[in-house]
Amino acid sequence: MATEVMLEKYSGEVFTVSIGATKQEGGSRSHTIKIGGQKALPYLFPEGAIPNKPVIAYEIWDIPPVDWSAELSSAYGAALKDPFTWAEKCVRDFKAEILCVRLQGAHPEFGNRSAAEEANFIKALLKKIDVPLIITESGDDTKDNQVLPACCEAAKGERLLVGSAAQDNYKTLAAAVLADGHNIIAESPIDINIAKQLNILISDMSLPLERIVINPTIGALGYGLEYAYTIMERSRLAALAGDKTVSSPFICFVGQESWRAKEAKLAVSEMPAWGPEVERGVIWEAVTATALIQAGADILVMRHPKAAAQVGKYIDNLMVRGK
Amino acid sequence: MFIIGELINGMYQNIGRAIKEHDKAVIQKCALQQVQAGADALDVNCGPASREPLSDIQWLVETIQEVTDKPLALDSSKPKVIESGLKVIKNRPIINSTTADPEKLEILVALAKQYKARLIGITISSKGIPQNKDQRLELAAVIVATCVDNDFNVEDLYLDPIVLPVNVAQAQMKDILESIREFKIISQPSPKTIVGLSNVSQGSCVRSLINRTFLTMAVAYGLDAAILDPADKELMDAAITSELILNKQIYCDSYLEAYRKK
Repeated sequence: MATEVMLEKYSGEVFTVSIGATKQEGGSRSHTIKIGGQKALPYLFPEGAIPNKPVIAYEIWDIPPVDWSAELSSAYGAALKDPFTWAEKCVRDFKAEILCVRLQGAHPEFGNRSAAEEANFIKALLKKIDVPLIITESGDDTKDNQVLPACCEAAKGERLLVGSAAQDNYKTLAAAVLADGHNIIAESPIDINIAKQLNILISDMSLPLERIVINPTIGALGYGLEYAYTIMERSRLAALAGDKTVSSPFICFVGQESWRAKEAKLAVSEMPAWGPEVERGVIWEAVTATALIQAGADILVMRHPKAAAQVGKYIDNLMVRGK
Repeated sequence: MFIIGELINGMYQNIGRAIKEHDKAVIQKCALQQVQAGADALDVNCGPASREPLSDIQWLVETIQEVTDKPLALDSSKPKVIESGLKVIKNRPIINSTTADPEKLEILVALAKQYKARLIGITISSKGIPQNKDQRLELAAVIVATCVDNDFNVEDLYLDPIVLPVNVAQAQMKDILESIREFKIISQPSPKTIVGLSNVSQGSCVRSLINRTFLTMAVAYGLDAAILDPADKELMDAAITSELILNKQIYCDSYLEAYRKK
Protein backbone atom coordinates (compact mmCIF):
# COMPACT_ATOMS: atom_id res chain seq x y z
CA MET A 1 0.00 0.00 0.00
CA ALA A 2 1.37 3.40 -0.91
CA THR A 3 2.12 5.72 2.00
CA GLU A 4 0.24 8.99 1.92
CA VAL A 5 2.41 11.96 2.90
CA MET A 6 0.52 14.29 5.22
CA LEU A 7 1.25 17.90 4.29
CA GLU A 8 0.53 20.88 6.53
CA LYS A 9 -1.16 23.93 5.01
CA TYR A 10 -0.43 27.31 6.56
CA SER A 11 -2.37 30.54 6.23
CA GLY A 12 0.39 32.97 7.24
CA GLU A 13 3.80 33.84 5.88
CA VAL A 14 7.03 35.49 6.94
CA PHE A 15 7.44 39.11 5.79
CA THR A 16 9.86 39.68 2.94
CA VAL A 17 12.52 42.24 3.88
CA SER A 18 14.65 43.88 1.18
CA ILE A 19 18.12 45.07 2.12
CA GLY A 20 20.10 47.38 -0.15
CA ALA A 21 18.70 49.86 -2.67
CA THR A 22 20.04 49.90 -6.23
CA LYS A 23 20.50 53.03 -8.38
CA GLN A 24 17.01 52.60 -9.81
CA GLU A 25 15.64 52.57 -6.26
CA GLY A 26 17.51 55.66 -5.12
CA GLY A 27 20.55 53.97 -3.58
CA SER A 28 23.94 52.89 -4.90
CA ARG A 29 24.09 49.14 -4.17
CA SER A 30 24.86 46.67 -6.95
CA HIS A 31 22.05 44.37 -5.84
CA THR A 32 19.29 43.87 -3.29
CA ILE A 33 19.21 41.02 -0.80
CA LYS A 34 15.72 39.66 -0.14
CA ILE A 35 15.08 37.54 2.94
CA GLY A 36 11.95 35.93 4.41
CA GLY A 37 8.76 35.23 2.49
CA GLN A 38 8.51 31.62 3.69
CA LYS A 39 5.09 29.94 3.67
CA ALA A 40 6.28 26.74 5.35
CA LEU A 41 8.63 25.55 8.10
CA PRO A 42 12.31 25.56 7.10
CA TYR A 43 12.95 23.69 3.84
CA LEU A 44 9.75 21.63 3.84
CA PHE A 45 9.45 22.55 0.18
CA PRO A 46 6.34 20.43 -0.53
CA GLU A 47 4.36 22.33 2.13
CA GLY A 48 4.85 25.86 0.86
CA ALA A 49 7.06 28.39 -0.88
CA ILE A 50 10.60 29.07 0.40
CA PRO A 51 11.34 31.89 -2.05
CA ASN A 52 14.63 33.17 -0.61
CA LYS A 53 17.76 31.35 0.50
CA PRO A 54 19.39 32.16 3.83
CA VAL A 55 22.26 34.62 3.32
CA ILE A 56 25.68 34.78 4.90
CA ALA A 57 26.81 38.24 5.99
CA TYR A 58 30.55 38.59 6.58
CA GLU A 59 31.26 40.43 9.82
CA ILE A 60 33.77 43.27 9.67
CA TRP A 61 34.72 45.91 12.25
CA ASP A 62 35.57 49.58 11.99
CA ILE A 63 38.67 48.92 14.16
CA PRO A 64 41.03 45.93 14.23
CA PRO A 65 39.20 43.26 16.24
CA VAL A 66 40.25 43.04 19.84
CA ASP A 67 39.33 39.54 20.94
CA TRP A 68 39.63 37.37 17.84
CA SER A 69 41.58 34.12 18.14
CA ALA A 70 44.83 33.65 16.26
CA GLU A 71 43.25 31.18 13.84
CA LEU A 72 40.35 33.49 13.07
CA SER A 73 42.62 36.52 12.62
CA SER A 74 45.00 34.62 10.35
CA ALA A 75 42.16 34.03 7.88
CA TYR A 76 42.22 37.74 7.04
CA GLY A 77 45.88 38.60 7.85
CA ALA A 78 46.93 42.22 7.47
CA ALA A 79 43.53 43.19 6.04
CA LEU A 80 42.14 43.36 9.60
CA LYS A 81 44.15 46.53 10.14
CA ASP A 82 42.13 48.52 7.64
CA PRO A 83 38.34 48.13 7.45
CA PHE A 84 38.25 49.11 3.76
CA THR A 85 40.83 46.48 2.77
CA TRP A 86 39.00 43.99 4.99
CA ALA A 87 35.65 44.76 3.35
CA GLU A 88 37.11 44.53 -0.15
CA LYS A 89 38.75 41.21 0.67
CA CYS A 90 35.38 39.79 1.78
CA VAL A 91 33.67 40.92 -1.39
CA ARG A 92 36.49 40.19 -3.86
CA ASP A 93 38.13 37.06 -2.43
CA PHE A 94 35.24 35.46 -0.55
CA LYS A 95 32.37 36.67 -2.78
CA ALA A 96 30.42 38.13 0.15
CA GLU A 97 26.92 39.22 -0.99
CA ILE A 98 26.38 41.40 2.07
CA LEU A 99 28.58 42.73 4.88
CA CYS A 100 27.79 43.33 8.54
CA VAL A 101 29.86 46.17 9.90
CA ARG A 102 30.16 46.47 13.65
CA LEU A 103 30.92 49.97 14.91
CA GLN A 104 32.99 48.76 17.86
CA GLY A 105 35.27 51.80 17.59
CA ALA A 106 32.46 54.06 18.81
CA HIS A 107 32.52 52.40 22.22
CA PRO A 108 34.09 54.60 24.93
CA GLU A 109 36.49 51.80 25.81
CA PHE A 110 37.48 50.95 22.23
CA GLY A 111 38.42 54.25 20.68
CA ASN A 112 35.36 56.41 21.43
CA ARG A 113 34.94 57.55 17.83
CA SER A 114 32.42 60.34 17.41
CA ALA A 115 29.11 60.12 15.58
CA ALA A 116 30.53 62.30 12.78
CA GLU A 117 33.61 60.07 12.40
CA GLU A 118 31.50 56.92 12.17
CA ALA A 119 29.07 58.57 9.73
CA ASN A 120 32.00 59.53 7.51
CA PHE A 121 33.37 56.01 7.78
CA ILE A 122 30.03 54.57 6.62
CA LYS A 123 29.88 57.04 3.73
CA ALA A 124 33.40 56.07 2.64
CA LEU A 125 32.66 52.37 3.01
CA LEU A 126 29.54 52.71 0.83
CA LYS A 127 31.74 54.29 -1.85
CA LYS A 128 34.40 51.58 -1.59
CA ILE A 129 32.12 48.55 -1.84
CA ASP A 130 28.74 48.19 -3.50
CA VAL A 131 27.11 45.25 -1.65
CA PRO A 132 24.27 45.93 0.83
CA LEU A 133 25.32 46.62 4.42
CA ILE A 134 24.18 45.71 7.90
CA ILE A 135 25.33 48.19 10.54
CA THR A 136 25.46 47.13 14.21
CA GLU A 137 26.15 48.85 17.47
CA SER A 138 29.14 49.19 19.75
CA GLY A 139 27.21 48.00 22.79
CA ASP A 140 27.19 51.31 24.67
CA ASP A 141 23.56 52.51 24.58
CA THR A 142 24.24 56.21 25.12
CA LYS A 143 26.91 56.31 22.45
CA ASP A 144 24.98 54.13 20.02
CA ASN A 145 22.01 56.49 20.25
CA GLN A 146 24.26 59.24 18.85
CA VAL A 147 26.24 57.17 16.36
CA LEU A 148 23.55 55.02 14.75
CA PRO A 149 21.20 57.91 13.78
CA ALA A 150 24.19 59.73 12.24
CA CYS A 151 25.07 56.61 10.24
CA CYS A 152 21.43 56.15 9.17
CA GLU A 153 21.47 59.67 7.80
CA ALA A 154 24.85 59.18 6.10
CA ALA A 155 23.37 56.13 4.31
CA LYS A 156 19.97 57.70 3.60
CA GLY A 157 18.16 55.94 0.76
CA GLU A 158 20.50 52.89 0.75
CA ARG A 159 17.87 50.77 2.57
CA LEU A 160 20.35 49.11 4.92
CA LEU A 161 19.67 46.97 7.98
CA VAL A 162 20.60 48.76 11.20
CA GLY A 163 20.65 47.52 14.78
CA SER A 164 19.96 46.89 17.38
CA ALA A 165 16.77 48.09 19.01
CA ALA A 166 16.00 46.58 22.42
CA GLN A 167 12.91 46.73 24.62
CA ASP A 168 14.40 49.44 26.84
CA ASN A 169 16.13 51.33 24.02
CA TYR A 170 14.34 51.37 20.68
CA LYS A 171 12.83 54.80 20.10
CA THR A 172 15.90 56.72 18.90
CA LEU A 173 16.96 54.05 16.44
CA ALA A 174 13.42 53.34 15.21
CA ALA A 175 12.89 57.05 14.48
CA ALA A 176 16.20 57.29 12.57
CA VAL A 177 15.57 54.12 10.58
CA LEU A 178 12.07 55.34 9.71
CA ALA A 179 13.28 58.78 8.64
CA ASP A 180 16.12 57.51 6.45
CA GLY A 181 14.41 54.53 4.81
CA HIS A 182 16.27 51.62 6.40
CA ASN A 183 15.30 48.34 8.08
CA ILE A 184 15.79 47.66 11.80
CA ILE A 185 17.12 44.78 13.90
CA ALA A 186 14.95 44.11 16.97
CA GLU A 187 16.93 42.25 19.60
CA SER A 188 15.43 40.23 22.45
CA PRO A 189 17.24 38.12 25.06
CA ILE A 190 16.19 34.57 23.99
CA ASP A 191 12.63 35.51 24.96
CA ILE A 192 9.74 35.16 22.53
CA ASN A 193 7.39 37.31 24.62
CA ILE A 194 9.83 40.23 24.51
CA ALA A 195 10.50 39.66 20.79
CA LYS A 196 6.77 39.99 20.12
CA GLN A 197 6.38 42.99 22.44
CA LEU A 198 9.32 44.82 20.85
CA ASN A 199 7.90 44.31 17.36
CA ILE A 200 4.64 45.87 18.53
CA LEU A 201 6.42 48.80 20.20
CA ILE A 202 8.45 49.48 17.05
CA SER A 203 5.45 49.20 14.75
CA ASP A 204 3.54 51.59 17.06
CA MET A 205 6.16 54.18 16.02
CA SER A 206 4.92 53.79 12.42
CA LEU A 207 7.86 51.65 11.31
CA PRO A 208 6.03 48.85 9.51
CA LEU A 209 6.44 45.24 10.66
CA GLU A 210 7.71 44.52 7.13
CA ARG A 211 10.91 46.41 7.94
CA ILE A 212 11.86 44.52 11.11
CA VAL A 213 14.37 41.67 11.36
CA ILE A 214 14.39 39.80 14.69
CA ASN A 215 17.67 39.03 16.44
CA PRO A 216 16.44 36.30 18.80
CA THR A 217 19.90 36.13 20.46
CA ILE A 218 21.51 32.78 19.92
CA GLY A 219 23.90 30.54 21.76
CA ALA A 220 26.57 28.56 19.94
CA LEU A 221 26.67 24.78 19.83
CA GLY A 222 26.96 23.65 23.45
CA TYR A 223 26.04 27.09 24.77
CA GLY A 224 22.26 27.23 24.54
CA LEU A 225 21.79 26.68 20.81
CA GLU A 226 18.67 24.62 21.54
CA TYR A 227 17.01 27.48 23.47
CA ALA A 228 17.36 29.79 20.50
CA TYR A 229 16.25 26.97 18.21
CA THR A 230 12.97 26.38 20.07
CA ILE A 231 12.21 30.10 20.26
CA MET A 232 12.74 30.53 16.55
CA GLU A 233 10.64 27.46 15.81
CA ARG A 234 7.76 28.61 18.03
CA SER A 235 7.84 32.08 16.55
CA ARG A 236 7.83 30.66 13.01
CA LEU A 237 4.87 28.39 13.78
CA ALA A 238 2.92 31.39 15.09
CA ALA A 239 3.89 33.41 12.01
CA LEU A 240 2.68 30.64 9.71
CA ALA A 241 -0.57 30.50 11.69
CA GLY A 242 -1.08 34.19 10.92
CA ASP A 243 0.45 36.16 13.82
CA LYS A 244 1.98 39.12 11.99
CA THR A 245 3.65 40.47 15.12
CA VAL A 246 6.19 37.61 15.03
CA SER A 247 6.36 37.20 11.24
CA SER A 248 9.79 38.81 10.88
CA PRO A 249 12.84 37.09 9.41
CA PHE A 250 15.72 36.23 11.78
CA ILE A 251 19.29 37.46 11.93
CA CYS A 252 21.71 35.27 13.92
CA PHE A 253 25.14 36.40 15.08
CA VAL A 254 26.75 33.03 14.55
CA GLY A 255 30.40 34.09 14.34
CA GLN A 256 30.34 36.20 17.46
CA GLU A 257 28.82 33.41 19.57
CA SER A 258 30.72 30.47 18.06
CA TRP A 259 34.15 32.01 18.53
CA ARG A 260 33.42 32.70 22.19
CA ALA A 261 33.24 28.95 22.82
CA LYS A 262 36.41 27.52 24.33
CA GLU A 263 35.99 24.54 22.01
CA ALA A 264 36.49 26.94 19.09
CA LYS A 265 39.56 28.78 20.28
CA LEU A 266 41.52 26.74 22.82
CA ALA A 267 44.98 25.78 21.44
CA VAL A 268 45.74 22.12 20.81
CA SER A 269 48.66 22.40 23.24
CA GLU A 270 46.18 23.04 26.05
CA MET A 271 43.73 20.33 25.03
CA PRO A 272 45.56 17.72 22.89
CA ALA A 273 42.54 15.39 22.76
CA TRP A 274 40.48 18.00 20.88
CA GLY A 275 42.76 18.12 17.88
CA PRO A 276 44.08 21.17 16.02
CA GLU A 277 42.23 24.44 16.69
CA VAL A 278 42.76 25.36 13.04
CA GLU A 279 39.87 23.01 12.14
CA ARG A 280 37.90 23.08 15.36
CA GLY A 281 36.80 26.70 15.31
CA VAL A 282 35.66 26.49 11.69
CA ILE A 283 33.64 23.36 12.46
CA TRP A 284 32.10 24.99 15.54
CA GLU A 285 30.96 28.00 13.56
CA ALA A 286 29.69 25.95 10.59
CA VAL A 287 27.72 23.51 12.74
CA THR A 288 26.11 26.31 14.74
CA ALA A 289 25.13 28.02 11.50
CA THR A 290 23.62 24.94 9.86
CA ALA A 291 21.55 24.11 12.96
CA LEU A 292 20.18 27.64 13.00
CA ILE A 293 19.36 27.45 9.29
CA GLN A 294 17.13 24.50 10.17
CA ALA A 295 15.52 26.64 12.89
CA GLY A 296 14.66 29.28 10.30
CA ALA A 297 17.60 31.71 10.31
CA ASP A 298 17.49 34.13 7.37
CA ILE A 299 20.77 36.02 7.86
CA LEU A 300 23.84 34.36 9.37
CA VAL A 301 26.50 36.84 10.44
CA MET A 302 29.72 34.83 10.17
CA ARG A 303 33.42 35.35 10.77
CA HIS A 304 35.66 32.62 9.35
CA PRO A 305 35.69 32.49 5.53
CA LYS A 306 36.17 28.71 5.57
CA ALA A 307 33.13 28.21 7.78
CA ALA A 308 31.17 30.61 5.58
CA ALA A 309 32.20 28.69 2.46
CA GLN A 310 31.09 25.37 3.97
CA VAL A 311 27.77 26.80 5.05
CA GLY A 312 27.36 28.38 1.61
CA LYS A 313 27.65 24.93 0.04
CA TYR A 314 25.18 23.53 2.54
CA ILE A 315 22.68 26.26 1.61
CA ASP A 316 23.11 25.58 -2.12
CA ASN A 317 22.44 21.86 -1.58
CA LEU A 318 19.39 22.67 0.53
CA MET A 319 17.88 25.05 -2.02
CA VAL A 320 18.42 22.66 -4.94
CA ARG A 321 15.77 20.42 -3.42
CA GLY A 322 13.22 23.19 -3.79
CA LYS A 323 13.70 23.42 -7.54
CA MET B 1 -11.39 32.65 17.29
CA PHE B 2 -13.54 33.45 14.28
CA ILE B 3 -15.83 36.37 15.16
CA ILE B 4 -18.99 37.13 13.18
CA GLY B 5 -20.40 40.57 14.00
CA GLU B 6 -24.13 40.39 14.74
CA LEU B 7 -25.18 44.02 14.50
CA ILE B 8 -26.52 44.19 10.92
CA ASN B 9 -29.93 42.78 11.72
CA GLY B 10 -33.27 44.34 10.76
CA MET B 11 -34.47 43.41 14.23
CA TYR B 12 -32.51 46.42 15.53
CA GLN B 13 -34.48 49.63 15.07
CA ASN B 14 -31.78 51.69 13.35
CA ILE B 15 -30.94 48.89 10.91
CA GLY B 16 -34.62 48.09 10.26
CA ARG B 17 -35.26 51.71 9.39
CA ALA B 18 -32.15 51.93 7.20
CA ILE B 19 -33.29 48.87 5.24
CA LYS B 20 -36.73 50.35 4.76
CA GLU B 21 -35.39 53.73 3.64
CA HIS B 22 -32.39 52.28 1.76
CA ASP B 23 -30.05 54.43 3.83
CA LYS B 24 -26.64 53.06 2.88
CA ALA B 25 -24.66 55.23 5.29
CA VAL B 26 -26.16 53.64 8.41
CA ILE B 27 -25.43 50.09 7.21
CA GLN B 28 -21.91 50.91 6.02
CA LYS B 29 -21.02 52.68 9.25
CA CYS B 30 -22.26 49.70 11.25
CA ALA B 31 -20.23 47.33 9.05
CA LEU B 32 -17.00 49.28 9.41
CA GLN B 33 -17.42 49.74 13.16
CA GLN B 34 -17.66 45.99 13.60
CA VAL B 35 -14.65 45.31 11.38
CA GLN B 36 -12.57 47.86 13.28
CA ALA B 37 -13.64 46.24 16.55
CA GLY B 38 -12.22 42.91 15.36
CA ALA B 39 -15.00 41.12 13.47
CA ASP B 40 -13.67 38.54 10.97
CA ALA B 41 -17.04 38.35 9.20
CA LEU B 42 -20.40 40.10 9.32
CA ASP B 43 -23.84 38.62 9.79
CA VAL B 44 -26.52 40.00 7.45
CA ASN B 45 -30.15 39.64 8.45
CA CYS B 46 -33.07 41.63 6.99
CA GLY B 47 -35.12 41.11 10.14
CA PRO B 48 -38.64 39.87 10.67
CA ALA B 49 -40.25 43.12 9.50
CA SER B 50 -38.78 43.03 6.00
CA ARG B 51 -41.61 42.77 3.43
CA GLU B 52 -39.31 42.00 0.54
CA PRO B 53 -36.47 39.95 2.02
CA LEU B 54 -35.37 38.62 -1.40
CA SER B 55 -34.42 42.08 -2.61
CA ASP B 56 -33.55 43.52 0.82
CA ILE B 57 -30.80 40.95 1.41
CA GLN B 58 -29.29 41.74 -1.99
CA TRP B 59 -29.34 45.45 -1.23
CA LEU B 60 -27.68 44.81 2.15
CA VAL B 61 -24.96 42.59 0.67
CA GLU B 62 -24.18 45.08 -2.11
CA THR B 63 -24.18 47.99 0.33
CA ILE B 64 -21.76 46.27 2.72
CA GLN B 65 -19.50 45.05 -0.08
CA GLU B 66 -18.92 48.66 -1.11
CA VAL B 67 -16.94 49.24 2.11
CA THR B 68 -15.44 45.91 3.20
CA ASP B 69 -14.13 42.63 1.79
CA LYS B 70 -14.90 40.67 4.97
CA PRO B 71 -16.95 37.51 4.44
CA LEU B 72 -20.69 37.87 4.94
CA ALA B 73 -22.97 35.42 6.75
CA LEU B 74 -26.37 35.35 5.07
CA ASP B 75 -28.75 34.95 7.97
CA SER B 76 -32.28 33.75 7.29
CA SER B 77 -34.51 30.82 8.13
CA LYS B 78 -35.72 30.89 4.51
CA PRO B 79 -33.44 29.14 1.97
CA LYS B 80 -34.88 31.34 -0.82
CA VAL B 81 -33.62 34.48 0.96
CA ILE B 82 -30.16 32.95 1.41
CA GLU B 83 -30.05 31.92 -2.25
CA SER B 84 -30.98 35.43 -3.28
CA GLY B 85 -28.09 36.83 -1.22
CA LEU B 86 -25.66 34.26 -2.61
CA LYS B 87 -26.31 35.52 -6.13
CA VAL B 88 -24.73 38.92 -5.44
CA ILE B 89 -22.05 38.02 -2.90
CA LYS B 90 -18.44 38.54 -4.04
CA ASN B 91 -16.33 36.86 -1.39
CA ARG B 92 -16.60 33.39 0.05
CA PRO B 93 -20.02 33.34 1.75
CA ILE B 94 -21.24 31.84 5.01
CA ILE B 95 -24.73 30.33 5.08
CA ASN B 96 -26.54 30.99 8.37
CA SER B 97 -28.13 28.50 8.72
CA THR B 98 -29.59 25.06 8.15
CA THR B 99 -31.46 22.99 10.70
CA ALA B 100 -31.28 19.20 10.93
CA ASP B 101 -34.46 18.83 8.86
CA PRO B 102 -33.76 16.74 5.73
CA GLU B 103 -35.65 18.98 3.30
CA LYS B 104 -33.76 22.07 4.46
CA LEU B 105 -30.41 20.31 4.66
CA GLU B 106 -30.77 19.04 1.11
CA ILE B 107 -31.27 22.52 -0.32
CA LEU B 108 -28.69 24.35 1.80
CA VAL B 109 -25.88 21.78 1.57
CA ALA B 110 -26.32 21.88 -2.22
CA LEU B 111 -26.20 25.68 -2.21
CA ALA B 112 -23.14 25.70 0.08
CA LYS B 113 -21.38 23.37 -2.35
CA GLN B 114 -22.40 25.39 -5.36
CA TYR B 115 -21.16 28.68 -3.88
CA LYS B 116 -18.17 27.14 -2.00
CA ALA B 117 -19.71 28.57 1.16
CA ARG B 118 -19.14 27.76 4.80
CA LEU B 119 -22.30 26.37 6.38
CA ILE B 120 -23.69 26.90 9.86
CA GLY B 121 -25.83 23.99 11.07
CA ILE B 122 -28.01 24.50 14.12
CA THR B 123 -29.03 21.45 16.10
CA ILE B 124 -32.78 21.93 16.00
CA SER B 125 -35.41 20.30 13.85
CA SER B 126 -39.11 20.71 13.14
CA LYS B 127 -39.67 18.63 16.29
CA GLY B 128 -38.36 21.58 18.30
CA ILE B 129 -35.43 22.60 20.43
CA PRO B 130 -33.34 19.80 21.97
CA GLN B 131 -33.66 19.36 25.69
CA ASN B 132 -30.31 17.73 26.48
CA LYS B 133 -26.88 16.83 25.15
CA ASP B 134 -27.90 13.51 23.55
CA GLN B 135 -30.59 15.15 21.47
CA ARG B 136 -28.09 17.79 20.34
CA LEU B 137 -25.55 15.13 19.35
CA GLU B 138 -28.16 13.17 17.46
CA LEU B 139 -29.16 16.23 15.41
CA ALA B 140 -25.50 17.15 14.89
CA ALA B 141 -24.82 13.65 13.58
CA VAL B 142 -27.67 14.00 11.05
CA ILE B 143 -26.18 17.27 9.77
CA VAL B 144 -22.64 15.86 9.57
CA ALA B 145 -23.86 12.69 7.83
CA THR B 146 -25.73 14.70 5.21
CA CYS B 147 -22.61 16.78 4.53
CA VAL B 148 -20.43 13.67 4.20
CA ASP B 149 -22.98 11.95 1.92
CA ASN B 150 -23.00 15.00 -0.34
CA ASP B 151 -19.20 15.45 -0.38
CA PHE B 152 -19.39 18.74 1.47
CA ASN B 153 -16.14 19.40 3.36
CA VAL B 154 -16.96 18.88 7.06
CA GLU B 155 -14.23 21.36 8.03
CA ASP B 156 -16.42 24.06 6.46
CA LEU B 157 -19.36 23.07 8.66
CA TYR B 158 -19.99 25.07 11.85
CA LEU B 159 -22.28 23.29 14.32
CA ASP B 160 -24.32 25.42 16.71
CA PRO B 161 -25.63 23.66 19.86
CA ILE B 162 -28.34 26.35 20.27
CA VAL B 163 -27.60 28.53 23.23
CA LEU B 164 -30.67 29.13 25.37
CA PRO B 165 -31.17 32.02 27.80
CA VAL B 166 -29.68 31.23 31.19
CA ASN B 167 -32.79 32.54 32.91
CA VAL B 168 -34.98 30.10 30.96
CA ALA B 169 -32.87 26.95 30.67
CA GLN B 170 -30.29 27.08 33.44
CA ALA B 171 -30.27 23.29 33.73
CA GLN B 172 -29.14 22.97 30.10
CA MET B 173 -26.07 25.20 30.21
CA LYS B 174 -23.65 22.40 31.09
CA ASP B 175 -25.08 20.18 28.35
CA ILE B 176 -24.65 22.97 25.83
CA LEU B 177 -21.00 23.45 26.78
CA GLU B 178 -20.29 19.73 26.69
CA SER B 179 -21.96 19.46 23.29
CA ILE B 180 -19.34 21.86 21.91
CA ARG B 181 -16.59 19.44 22.88
CA GLU B 182 -18.44 16.34 21.71
CA PHE B 183 -19.45 17.78 18.32
CA LYS B 184 -15.75 17.76 17.50
CA ILE B 185 -15.51 13.97 17.82
CA ILE B 186 -18.44 13.15 15.53
CA SER B 187 -16.18 12.89 12.52
CA GLN B 188 -12.58 13.07 11.41
CA PRO B 189 -11.77 15.72 10.21
CA SER B 190 -13.83 17.51 12.85
CA PRO B 191 -16.63 19.92 12.15
CA LYS B 192 -16.16 23.38 13.63
CA THR B 193 -18.35 24.80 16.41
CA ILE B 194 -20.13 28.11 16.72
CA VAL B 195 -22.59 29.82 19.07
CA GLY B 196 -25.00 32.69 18.67
CA LEU B 197 -23.83 34.19 21.92
CA SER B 198 -26.22 36.96 22.86
CA ASN B 199 -29.12 34.58 23.36
CA VAL B 200 -27.54 33.33 26.58
CA SER B 201 -28.30 36.62 28.31
CA GLN B 202 -31.66 37.34 26.66
CA GLY B 203 -34.01 38.83 29.22
CA SER B 204 -31.46 39.08 32.01
CA CYS B 205 -30.17 42.33 33.41
CA VAL B 206 -26.36 41.89 33.43
CA ARG B 207 -26.09 40.86 29.80
CA SER B 208 -22.50 41.76 29.03
CA LEU B 209 -21.07 39.86 32.01
CA ILE B 210 -23.14 36.77 31.27
CA ASN B 211 -22.13 36.89 27.61
CA ARG B 212 -18.43 37.07 28.28
CA THR B 213 -18.47 34.48 31.06
CA PHE B 214 -20.29 32.00 28.83
CA LEU B 215 -17.96 32.74 25.93
CA THR B 216 -14.86 32.20 28.09
CA MET B 217 -16.22 28.84 29.23
CA ALA B 218 -17.20 27.85 25.70
CA VAL B 219 -13.70 28.67 24.43
CA ALA B 220 -12.33 26.31 27.08
CA TYR B 221 -14.64 23.62 25.68
CA GLY B 222 -13.09 24.13 22.23
CA LEU B 223 -15.38 26.69 20.58
CA ASP B 224 -14.11 27.82 17.14
CA ALA B 225 -16.40 30.72 16.28
CA ALA B 226 -19.07 33.00 17.70
CA ILE B 227 -21.72 35.39 16.44
CA LEU B 228 -21.59 38.30 18.85
CA ASP B 229 -21.43 42.05 19.35
CA PRO B 230 -17.81 42.97 18.60
CA ALA B 231 -18.42 46.51 19.86
CA ASP B 232 -18.51 45.03 23.38
CA LYS B 233 -14.81 45.59 24.07
CA GLU B 234 -14.73 43.66 27.33
CA LEU B 235 -16.30 40.70 25.56
CA MET B 236 -13.68 40.80 22.81
CA ASP B 237 -10.89 41.16 25.40
CA ALA B 238 -12.24 38.10 27.22
CA ALA B 239 -12.29 36.08 23.98
CA ILE B 240 -8.71 37.07 23.15
CA THR B 241 -7.53 36.32 26.69
CA SER B 242 -9.26 32.93 26.70
CA GLU B 243 -7.30 31.94 23.62
CA LEU B 244 -4.12 33.24 25.21
CA ILE B 245 -4.71 31.01 28.25
CA LEU B 246 -5.15 28.07 25.87
CA ASN B 247 -1.75 28.86 24.28
CA LYS B 248 -3.29 29.71 20.93
CA GLN B 249 -1.48 33.08 20.88
CA ILE B 250 2.01 33.90 22.07
CA TYR B 251 1.94 36.07 25.20
CA CYS B 252 3.41 39.56 25.24
CA ASP B 253 2.54 42.56 27.41
CA SER B 254 0.49 44.08 24.58
CA TYR B 255 -1.22 40.84 23.58
CA LEU B 256 -4.65 42.49 23.19
CA GLU B 257 -3.21 45.01 20.76
CA ALA B 258 -1.18 42.29 19.05
CA TYR B 259 -4.33 40.24 18.42
CA ARG B 260 -6.07 43.25 16.89
CA LYS B 261 -3.09 43.91 14.61
CA LYS B 262 -3.24 40.46 13.05
